[in-house]
Amino acid sequence: MSFQAPIATSRSATGIPTGRLAVWWVVVSEIVIFGGLIACYIMFRLRHPEWGEYASHTSTPAGALNTFVLLTSSLAIVLAHQAAEARDLTKAFRYIWCTIGGGGVFLLVKSYEWTTEISHGYTLFANNFWSFYYTATGLHGLHVIAGMVIMGIISIGVRKGEHLPRVEYIGIYWHFVDIVWLFLFPLFYIAK
Amino acid sequence: MSEESAHTHPNYIKIWAILTFLLVLSILGPMMGIKAVTLIAAFGIAVVKAAMVGAYFMHLNIEKRYVWYMLFTALLFLGLFFFGVSPDVMKPDGSNWVNHNNMPVSTLEGHGVGHTN
Repeated sequence: MSFQAPIATSRSATGIPTGRLAVWWVVVSEIVIFGGLIACYIMFRLRHPEWGEYASHTSTPAGALNTFVLLTSSLAIVLAHQAAEARDLTKAFRYIWCTIGGGGVFLLVKSYEWTTEISHGYTLFANNFWSFYYTATGLHGLHVIAGMVIMGIISIGVRKGEHLPRVEYIGIYWHFVDIVWLFLFPLFYIAK
Repeated sequence: MSEESAHTHPNYIKIWAILTFLLVLSILGPMMGIKAVTLIAAFGIAVVKAAMVGAYFMHLNIEKRYVWYMLFTALLFLGLFFFGVSPDVMKPDGSNWVNHNNMPVSTLEGHGVGHTN
């Protein structure tokens, strides 16, 4: 019996491939999730100028390094997309794993930061600033982990030359995770 | 419609270099210690960087309008949320009402109300 793709994946009313449209819907829902959290933080931050003093205990060099790492991993996944379109499977596979490596470095730096902060007594329940900090960066970290796992799965298909458009789809998600961090960085590390 | 949607690619390394340069500016700007410069350097540049990532890496510059409508709808609801909730969070009192949960700690101590921020 031959395999046939479900009709939902082979037909589009919008002119956008169904997989890509689905990822955009994920991004839209994520905008509301992260946007709501960031909006709440901004409201409280404006109301409580003393939070600037709490923010002075976060590590700007570590935050800056992580921003650089995520921007570079975004470059890697978009180059993987380019390579996948050119059907250069080896290159696409390598770039995907460079992106996963970038996610790994990001998590290592974040772990170091959290360990240092917690050891200094700045825990989740120390005050509302730290509650926001751990919730926002923790939720973001979970998205980084999810992206790394999905990329690992996609890379298996890429090696076989299957489902190559998925490289673009995970790229859209990964760039969104990068954009979220571009806002978390000034909020928690720069505005002191 | 197939899954494939090939298109031309810009010079991604050049875009990455610009993003890295903007990152350096966003770190150096606040070091001047001027509030206006800090706000522009930190948040203004963050918006520019996000726009560049969205436009070139996510290909929003060549994406169909349908996606733009989706994104703007989400941002619109986010704006509604912010302006609907912010008065309750950011204002401690108003005409004939006082929000005891949002008073400065020094004010609350006199009223025997516990509060931590």
